[in-house]
Amino acid sequence: MPLDLNRVHMPEQDPAQRRRNFSEVNLGLDAEAARREAARCLYCKRPTCVDGCPVHINIPHFLAALRDGDPDASARRIRQDNSLPAICGRVCPQETQCELACVLNKKGAPIAIGALERFVGDHALRQNLAAERPAAERTEKIAIVGSGPSGLTCAGELRKLGYQVTVFEALHALGGVLTYGIPEFRLSKAKVVQPEIETLRDLGVVFATNAVVGRLATIEELLNAQGFAAVYIATGAGYPQFMGVPGEDLNYVYSANEFLTRINLMEAYRWNAAATPVRVGRRVGVVGGGNTALDAARSALRLPGVEEVHLIYRRSEQEMPARTEEVKHAREEGIIFRLLTAPVAFTGNERGDLAAARCVEMALAEPDASGRRRPVPKPGSEYLLELDSAVIAIGTQANPIIAQTTPGLALTSKGYLQVDEQGRTAMPRVYAGGDIVSGSATVILAMGAGRTAAHAMHFDLTGQKL
Amino acid sequence: MMNNFNIINKNQLSPDVWRYTLSAPDIARKRRAGHFIILRPLADSERIPLTIVSSDQDQGTIDIIFQVVGATTRDLAGLRAGEPVKDLIGPLGHPTEIAKHGTVAMVGGGVGIAPLLPIAQAFRAAGNRLVTILGARARSLLILEQELASISDKVLLTTDDGSAGQKGLVTAALEPLLVAREIDFVMAVGPVPMMKAVADLTRGFGVKTMVSLNPLMLDGTGMCGVCRCQVAGKTRFACVEGPEFDAHQVDFDSLRRRLTMFREEEKARREAKPSGGSHAA
Repeated sequence: MPLDLNRVHMPEQDPAQRRRNFSEVNLGLDAEAARREAARCLYCKRPTCVDGCPVHINIPHFLAALRDGDPDASARRIRQDNSLPAICGRVCPQETQCELACVLNKKGAPIAIGALERFVGDHALRQNLAAERPAAERTEKIAIVGSGPSGLTCAGELRKLGYQVTVFEALHALGGVLTYGIPEFRLSKAKVVQPEIETLRDLGVVFATNAVVGRLATIEELLNAQGFAAVYIATGAGYPQFMGVPGEDLNYVYSANEFLTRINLMEAYRWNAAATPVRVGRRVGVVGGGNTALDAARSALRLPGVEEVHLIYRRSEQEMPARTEEVKHAREEGIIFRLLTAPVAFTGNERGDLAAARCVEMALAEPDASGRRRPVPKPGSEYLLELDSAVIAIGTQANPIIAQTTPGLALTSKGYLQVDEQGRTAMPRVYAGGDIVSGSATVILAMGAGRTAAHAMHFDLTGQKL
Repeated sequence: MMNNFNIINKNQLSPDVWRYTLSAPDIARKRRAGHFIILRPLADSERIPLTIVSSDQDQGTIDIIFQVVGATTRDLAGLRAGEPVKDLIGPLGHPTEIAKHGTVAMVGGGVGIAPLLPIAQAFRAAGNRLVTILGARARSLLILEQELASISDKVLLTTDDGSAGQKGLVTAALEPLLVAREIDFVMAVGPVPMMKAVADLTRGFGVKTMVSLNPLMLDGTGMCGVCRCQVAGKTRFACVEGPEFDAHQVDFDSLRRRLTMFREEEKARREAKPSGGSHAA
């Protein structure tokens, strides 16, 4: 049989239209397109795509059910490996993971695994396919700290094993970065995040919002006074980093977390309907080259009155950590890319409002410790870029609250939690995973850590290996 | 921890200032002087920070005091006793570092007197002599005078219009005490210009001075950084590293500018929305 190299195309909103709305950009595959794409898979004896997935989802297994026209079975299969497929299908960098490893990638037409994962995940949510019930209830209570992707995954895994699981969330809404960080146009809260959480609630997971573990109850109190058998810490990295250049405290210089939280969590994107303001003016500069920077830039573009959004990144497009698709979408929508450029200072007017970024052009020298070519300033290349607002999206650090209030934990020099390969911290019965261990990483790695830790907890509590 | 944050009691302290007793047993058990909360009165309100003024562990309640200045505080004032606030988290921030210094000047201005009360009580309990200086625009705006008087060795009042105590600013009452070398430590809470004036005054006398900062906040847990302040030339997050800092190291001009960030949006919202809800207790 000849190779079918007609990779399915994800339908998307027209750029001219979507750059002014917050609805999802990608529209999803229909059942027939999904079936055809799954039929294109070669079903390799040794599937390299599975090696390319950080959590080793059995990709051919769920694809085969799709090919056979049984999306229900496909959903059951993927949920064995991934409790949040509708989310991963949307936000995973497939082009550097499973799709990169697909043998058809050599021919330039890898299977659209991400699009198929999204299709299956959405199918499960649409059909309201019940999650796998626990075979038997267990009496042990487990506390999960943080309701982001890592905490949700760990909660789901433990609940399936019959544990009594409570997820504590500091904010008033659940989902962590899925809710406050990733914008609506990339990940719908109402269509995807909330239903995924409801699936866990139906399974019997208990959620407690407005609960700042550490300040309210400490980890030690959860274990002793409140009778939890174990705790999983998944509080994320979420402590914004600034550049340390002059003028960063000027008005309308936001951290990406602040900017996105105002827009997503506090729903400032519903202009005039939400009480929480966000002010951007006409010209917005976003500093950084990761997914968060692109999320901020594309969110800014969608706000009323915004005319220009400049993405300021100190390396070239090749070194950008963002997903290829986000870069492509951002270009189509009209984001202005100022590559090989870095702000060295922000200047303001007499009221202390941002007026401009003083930028310098960069050249790439030899690779640094990260393996990426190190940017060095070009002498005499400084210029002023007039801006009404700026968003700093250069990464995050470890949130200090748990470390401040839990003396028994071992920390890395950067304040992240030290764990073994299974997620065990230095404190007995306390586990951790996701960005609070790894530093800023991906949703899928955070989910993988949640699953690994859940299995380690089960082993430590029962002696049973999964 | 699935609390219903009901308003147990509602008291009007001055035309725009309210004291609420809220049901929050877990927070009541944990809070110490200097802690604050973040609350959201209604589902479509902002999240705003407020200091915990007092708590009652047996009743499982905390008290807050707030002034109606914008849409969200108006939403809060519009709630009735018996109704819940939508969301409430805490206790947040570092508690006040309490030590025995000798004679402590407790300086409060306007609604800043509210956060001052628990701090004053804690310093008193640690065996300090308290000289309390309270400032407001007019007598009708002075709050908590009785409570502070009951734990202070001396209370000095200042008002802009002279309707109570000395006419003028709190610094006018503080300066002679500093000159007399009567003060070993100063705690100041109030509007930014007041805290700056106190810091500038005490710096010259070399008297250690702490201030409780009131920047804008969103999550209150270190996630957003809108509360960042410049302290000793470094960026510090008031929510998880403060809210109390060494007054002589704080860049008050930066703080004052940042507090005006959404003034126009707040004004538009205030004017757009009629003053709804009942103010009856």
